[in-house]
Amino acid sequence: MSTGLVAPTTASSTAQGAAPGTEPSGAVRLNGVSKVFGTGERAQLVLDSIDMDVAPGEFVCLLGASGCGKSTLLNLVAGLDRPTAGAVAVPSGRPALMFQDHALFPWLSAGRNIELALRLAGVPREERRDRAEELLELVRLPGAHRKRVHQLSGGMRQRVALARSLAQGSEVLLMDEPFAALDAITRDLLHEELSRVWRERRLTVLFVTHNVREAVRLGQRVVLLSSRPGRIAREWDVNLPFPRRIEDTGVSTLATEITGHLHEEIVRHART
Amino acid sequence: MPGPEIETGTRGGAPARSDGSGTTDDSREMASGLDALEAGVEAPRPLHRRLLHRAGPPLLAIVVVLVVWQLLATLGRPATLPSPGEVWGELAGAHREGDLLPAIGHSLLRCVIGFGAAAAIGLPLGLLLTRVAVMRTVLRPILTAVQSLPAAALVPVAVLALGNSEGAVYTVVLLGAVPSIAVTVASAVDQLPPLLLRAGRSMGATGVRGAALITVPAALPGFIAALRQGWTFGWRALMTAELITATPLPGLGEMLAEGNRAGSMSLVLASVSLILVVGVVVESAVFRPLERRVLTGRGLAGG
Repeated sequence: MSTGLVAPTTASSTAQGAAPGTEPSGAVRLNGVSKVFGTGERAQLVLDSIDMDVAPGEFVCLLGASGCGKSTLLNLVAGLDRPTAGAVAVPSGRPALMFQDHALFPWLSAGRNIELALRLAGVPREERRDRAEELLELVRLPGAHRKRVHQLSGGMRQRVALARSLAQGSEVLLMDEPFAALDAITRDLLHEELSRVWRERRLTVLFVTHNVREAVRLGQRVVLLSSRPGRIAREWDVNLPFPRRIEDTGVSTLATEITGHLHEEIVRHART
Repeated sequence: MPGPEIETGTRGGAPARSDGSGTTDDSREMASGLDALEAGVEAPRPLHRRLLHRAGPPLLAIVVVLVVWQLLATLGRPATLPSPGEVWGELAGAHREGDLLPAIGHSLLRCVIGFGAAAAIGLPLGLLLTRVAVMRTVLRPILTAVQSLPAAALVPVAVLALGNSEGAVYTVVLLGAVPSIAVTVASAVDQLPPLLLRAGRSMGATGVRGAALITVPAALPGFIAALRQGWTFGWRALMTAELITATPLPGLGEMLAEGNRAGSMSLVLASVSLILVVGVVVESAVFRPLERRVLTGRGLAGG
């Protein structure tokens, strides 16, 4: 599965200028990607010539208002849909995908959910149990193996979902507003967990959100998409040291700036 | 969406913990604190309370029916209505003559065999209905149509084609149960949350593996509902078939027919009660616990 995640990210801890990953070593590469839904008069251009490179180990947040095609973009990267034009490449193989809803299988226990992902990833039966325990340990849910999904709180479910995504053994993790449905306290906690897991596992993360602070809190790079059609409007490198907190001054300053641009994008639609 | 993101009181606050010390332990404790607060508390009810809770209402319903029945019989309205005691006497008489248990046995055996075959055909058929385009567009409307056909309409067809035989009876049972099972399974699969299927596909569960690991277990409650309904349809169809067809091994349906021929209301009511009781007992002894178990495991029904 792995074709070589060599370079540990250098952009994670200190200030760094240019966006990394401009040479063809990206963990996710989008080349002139467009997506049209429907045909004829009802055809709708959802994504318009998206060019993007995500370096191995990089954490990129995709930010945009409704209708910017964020989720469509993730589907394309996940290989669940095909672009109308352009090319999507994920050299390390099928990425793992995490949703706003935990999407855990309710007929399986927390541990079995993870074991199923391991099984589909080709992990031999006798290793699965231990690997599942390890992953539960990683998301700080030791002893939750036998718990049924409905017995877990919202935050615990998302942590199991994160563990299940990691069980797929992908180097690339796609996240579609995974914390949007959580209460603020739990979300804050999960930001910390995700940040820690990302650094420990050197994952490449493409994280979709409409929450500006969340994007700045988590990402090394924030990409703002315009709506209808989705285009890359602007990008910011987030040169703030890790670990960060959502209430950090640097986070809120940059978030305020980005929010201004996001509002501009939205207001543009009021005029046209 | 609530969010403390709006609060911006960080200016005078503590500087960011850029060294990271303490953060990890903090969050670990936070996590376990939140988990403890949010995880539901489940206190199992004691066994006798649960039994009372489950068996109480049906028992009460039976008592009410018997009381009303006895009352009407005593009043003589309608005049042909025998009392529960007379009907019970009829059953006891049939039992003494050695007719009762074989009749129940024959009917049950037929229904179990017929239902087993119907399940073996109907479940995979239902799954295929959702997966294969041709079957979906052509076969599904046909099955839905057959499902609405009363079993009584099928009996003459089966008898003319196959004679007064076990084959005719089974044909009617299958035609009664298979469409119902297949159609119910198909709609259960159609109603699966798309997100679960998408999650499965993104994990690499596609094709047969996807069906076996995701679709079938996800639709299991629907499968059980389909079997439950298939049993009911099959049992009804069987009674109709036995009522009209003269097979060598008499069942409950023949008992009913006999009462009808003899003009004996008490024998007719005795047969009807038996048919009802068998249906209810199988339903509550087999299907209800199965369904409850599956649903409870998914947090969809209270224990």
